[in-house]
Amino acid sequence: MTHERTLQATLRVRALSRVEGEGGLRARVRDGRVVEVGLDIYEPPRFFEGFLRGRSYTEPPDITARICGICPVAYQMSSCQAIEDACGVQVPETVWALRRLLYCGEWIESHALHIHLLHAPDFLRYDSAIAMAADHRAEVERGLAIKKAGNDLMTLVGGRAVHPVNVRVGGFHRAPTLAEVREHVEPLHRARDAALEVVQWVAGLEFPDLDQPFEYVALRPATGYPLERGRVVSSGVPGRTDSAGAGFDLDARDYDHVVAEDHVQHSTALHAHLRGRGPGKYAVGPLARYALNADRLSPLAAEAARAAGLGAVCRNPFRSIVVRAVELVYALDEALRIIDGYEPPDPPAVEVRPRAAVGFGVTEAPRGLLLHRYRLASDGTLLDARIVPPTSQNQAAIEDDIRGVVVDGLDLPLAELTHRCEQAVRNWDPCISCATHFLDVRVERE
Amino acid sequence: MPTRSPARARRPKLAVWKFASCDGCQLSVLNLEEELLPLAGEIEIANFLEASSAVIKGPYDLSLVEGSVTTPDDARRVQQVRQQSRRLVAIGACANFGGIQALRDLMDVAALQRTVYAHPEYLATLSRSTPISAHVTVDLELTGCPVDRGQLVEVLTAFIQDRPVRLPQHSVCVECKRRGTVCVTVAPGTPCLGPVTRAGCGAICPAYHRGCYGCFGPVDGANTAAVADRARELGMPGRDVARLFRLFNTAAPAFAKEAAHHDA
Repeated sequence: MTHERTLQATLRVRALSRVEGEGGLRARVRDGRVVEVGLDIYEPPRFFEGFLRGRSYTEPPDITARICGICPVAYQMSSCQAIEDACGVQVPETVWALRRLLYCGEWIESHALHIHLLHAPDFLRYDSAIAMAADHRAEVERGLAIKKAGNDLMTLVGGRAVHPVNVRVGGFHRAPTLAEVREHVEPLHRARDAALEVVQWVAGLEFPDLDQPFEYVALRPATGYPLERGRVVSSGVPGRTDSAGAGFDLDARDYDHVVAEDHVQHSTALHAHLRGRGPGKYAVGPLARYALNADRLSPLAAEAARAAGLGAVCRNPFRSIVVRAVELVYALDEALRIIDGYEPPDPPAVEVRPRAAVGFGVTEAPRGLLLHRYRLASDGTLLDARIVPPTSQNQAAIEDDIRGVVVDGLDLPLAELTHRCEQAVRNWDPCISCATHFLDVRVERE
Repeated sequence: MPTRSPARARRPKLAVWKFASCDGCQLSVLNLEEELLPLAGEIEIANFLEASSAVIKGPYDLSLVEGSVTTPDDARRVQQVRQQSRRLVAIGACANFGGIQALRDLMDVAALQRTVYAHPEYLATLSRSTPISAHVTVDLELTGCPVDRGQLVEVLTAFIQDRPVRLPQHSVCVECKRRGTVCVTVAPGTPCLGPVTRAGCGAICPAYHRGCYGCFGPVDGANTAAVADRARELGMPGRDVARLFRLFNTAAPAFAKEAAHHDA
């Protein structure tokens, strides 16, 4: 296809495949310029915000898990934290450790799924992992085995892999015994060895060039790589030296004030932006976590990152598959570390008495920062809820990537360019079901 | 994975569809880590957008349908899905009972939209979240929030072998006894929906020391009144009893009716 042809073009994917949920993408080129791009989200809204009003403060872990079958633990962890914050309750470190172990299971499952079943087929030019398995069976089987180790860990701690039942406000219904937990040491060791091979494998893929000056936002905990808690930190706006573009370090409450969302026509999800930041985009997820916490990786994961050629910061979203693989190694390594020092929390949960208050919780879903806010009445009835999922926050960055890919690829045949745009969306492991369900209208009403 | 009957020459075509849902039931298909590749040898995965970009045109021999119908577009689309499907299995709480989003049925959806969205005119949504069976004939109901992986394998295996599907008809209570779990209602006095909930999960919740929350939906002939009375005797306020039945299967008739008795 010639350059002339793409001077005027409309590129459209009505239903994106290999993403979680229902969305499409479109880009319009006129006179060789990109005049319009959009990640269209038409997933039907489910109004979770409405259902939560009037429910009990003990229910968000079970209810909000149903926003997303791929990252239910993220919803359970952020909601527990927010309710405990509202009620002024501190849970013991043994509970935090078990939460982190469960969260490791979800990261392992979700990252292994994304790398092997959703993303790698793009790089190797297959329609699916099943088609890819015809030529790369060992790699697909290795990925599925790692995924299974994650699901088995979630089944142990949570009772089942999708919508775990064991999480409650204040802790867990039952703490797994030491013997039950230790049964997972061998499979996790094997999965960790396999994940090290996965890092090497994905580091050898070919990556289209793309260099994005996003502001990165991620959690940073007191110790370790961010999962179940921490402060919200930002890299600042790249290239800006004035104070309005400087990085921040906020607690969940202040982050709730900073994130604003807009309702746009082509999406049933809201577009998030950071107040006072101007037109620059921000991003959450593996690239942001890595840029802000690479010093917190375990020695094994840090070495894997170095060997894969990742520098201190990665600005090419196509290379997120490598960062995800490094995080996979970390999550397996971390699960083994937690099991090694495991002490069943006794009792498994602390009592949480309701009070009239607002609480905030923020954790790292596999695809990025997930914020929950709840307002409680004194009897524990939920008065309102706000949830800011990672994909809402990344939506503007995803559209920026589509724009960048189209600009760089105007000479490509349209089919090839379309494929690359789809791949660019999948770089973010978007979770469209998540993005659709929580909406906040304050900005629009101003 | 057992092999298909020799009479069938070509691989049957499988389609997996999504309506309003969380993706968890579709994910349960991808969670068949050990079965997935052998399965793909027996069944042609012809239309499964979450797993593959390749879409092979229908008709399909077997369709797994996740999610409930909540928009006018989806009400039309579910008809098209049925027309293309020789056998249609509704998977999960959403597809079979309307799911948690059927909580909207109890609310004023127009008001909800105005409260939640800045521009309700951008949206097209129905006032109720309805199961697939409210729109088209469903050949088999596989319930659960999410569906159980073992039951999913049973459905697929039975289909490949061209034999009837074997699914339990009893309640979670039976699974609990079989598992040897001490009854959470009898011993610590925890309200539990196990006696009125369809089996299939393996009685996970009581094994984790909590009462069943009914995510597989009502068992046939469920005596919900007895379970609700017991919960109230154990000190549960009526409002909480209503909430117990109004969760993932809130629109299942047996649960909806019982919940209505306990509204404050």
